Amino acid sequence: MSVPFGDTGFAEATWILVVKSVVIFVAIFLIVPVLTVVERKLIGRFQCRYGPNRVGPVGLLQPLADVGKLISKEFYRPLNSVPLLWAIAPPLVIISGVATLAIIPFGNVKDGVGFYGIDVPIGILYFFAFSSIGFYGLLLGGWASGSKYSFLGAMRSAAQLISYEVAMGLALLGVILMAGSLSLVSIVEAQDQIWYVVPQIVAFLIFIVAGLAESSRSPFDLPEADAELVAGYNTEYGGMRFGSYLLAEYIELIVVAGVASAFFLGGWQGPGPGWLDPIWMLVKILALIFVFIWIRATLPRLRYDQLMSLGWKVLLPLATLNVLVTAVLVVVA
Amino acid sequence: MEAKLNTDKADWERFPYLDSADVISVQRGPQPGGAAGAYRAFGETLRGLKTVFGRLVEGPVTIQYPEEKTPVYPRFRGRHKLHRFEDTGLEKCVGCSLCAAACPADCIRVVAAENGPGQRVSAGERYAEVYEINLSRCIFCGYCEVACPFDAITMGHDYEMSDYNRSDLIFTKEMLLAEPLDRTPLRMEGE
Repeated sequence: MSVPFGDTGFAEATWILVVKSVVIFVAIFLIVPVLTVVERKLIGRFQCRYGPNRVGPVGLLQPLADVGKLISKEFYRPLNSVPLLWAIAPPLVIISGVATLAIIPFGNVKDGVGFYGIDVPIGILYFFAFSSIGFYGLLLGGWASGSKYSFLGAMRSAAQLISYEVAMGLALLGVILMAGSLSLVSIVEAQDQIWYVVPQIVAFLIFIVAGLAESSRSPFDLPEADAELVAGYNTEYGGMRFGSYLLAEYIELIVVAGVASAFFLGGWQGPGPGWLDPIWMLVKILALIFVFIWIRATLPRLRYDQLMSLGWKVLLPLATLNVLVTAVLVVVA
Repeated sequence: MEAKLNTDKADWERFPYLDSADVISVQRGPQPGGAAGAYRAFGETLRGLKTVFGRLVEGPVTIQYPEEKTPVYPRFRGRHKLHRFEDTGLEKCVGCSLCAAACPADCIRVVAAENGPGQRVSAGERYAEVYEINLSRCIFCGYCEVACPFDAITMGHDYEMSDYNRSDLIFTKEMLLAEPLDRTPLRMEGE
């Protein structure tokens, strides 16, 4: 068996990397506003109403109005907050989110250019590392605000992080065993026969549940439970700092959907000519995001102890069992 | 209902007072947990997702108010209207003040005057020189409509009457004779 690192024999010119990072950054900042309005409209439809439809044609300019409002807000910092940490927490979340996007593959190497930010040899570990750094943003923001609601939200984020990262990692481990590689590009390439969602259905479900917790979306939105914690870790934030938390949450959503598509849904694989690859990937990501919004519209928020017991007593044993069975099958077959 | 004691052994040991006949054990749903609980939770989750997806297919039930309006019932009691005879154009109201007498909110003011030979306003001997309804006091009971012997005042279907000043809510005879104003802020063209 080969070393499970990605293929590093392929190098691109620096300017290509710069262009790619700019493209990823711009694309995300164009997609996220559309995503916010699509989510609000979809949730509206799920509840038999229209959702925003007043600003612009069918409400499509709603995000512009929202951003305009957020930007024009006063910069306000609570007196008992910790200035430096309070200020760096929101950018930290955004940086980690955007950095994770770099490994989402939208296509294979064509004419010497890979359709992904970077194919890091450690592959998915990069995703785990940066999403954990993203959690630091929530923790720091909540703690540095000097408010009990923010603090409670931050504590919940921490508890949620440790109960889900393990199950999430173990869920992906099954796929890594089957593909024999950590690199997302190689994993997608290994799925040209069958998508891993079929043999790894348990892992897929665990990953979706853990991914919802990871991006702290309903039903696992305890860190920002608006009804009980006002808004959790971002209670004391206003204006564009609050906006960056919101932005980071949507980036995280895209990342989780992207990783799930690459790991389980065959990534860019799909019928049609080669130039359709990025579109297939985008379609899969959007389909997963639709499912996430659907789940958000359906399920009530879990109680704190239910979240813990689900993470430790259900998901972790299931994921472990899945890895064991996969490992045995991989060795035997 | 028959009182049923909880015969769970652990409960008996922990709560000896359960022996009393007054204690009724409440039947509870199955406890969550275990494989059955997980299966049940999963199934119910799927059922919930199905229900919510059905709402998406069904489409919104919203009535987009300023553009669309819910039709009112034929006997809806909205803003009052004063009427004229269609053939002669004379006012039906003869200034008898029966409506003002019937009004429980005391919001109608009528000042009658004689119809002169040169100018004839109403069909009768007298006409209402002043006819005012204070809509900020009106309770829309419709007694004025019932009291009127000439069907000169009826309750219309107009319910959009909000205004910025109380004084603007005192409707004069001219306003009551005219068609209701289109007061709803409609969306501008091209907005």
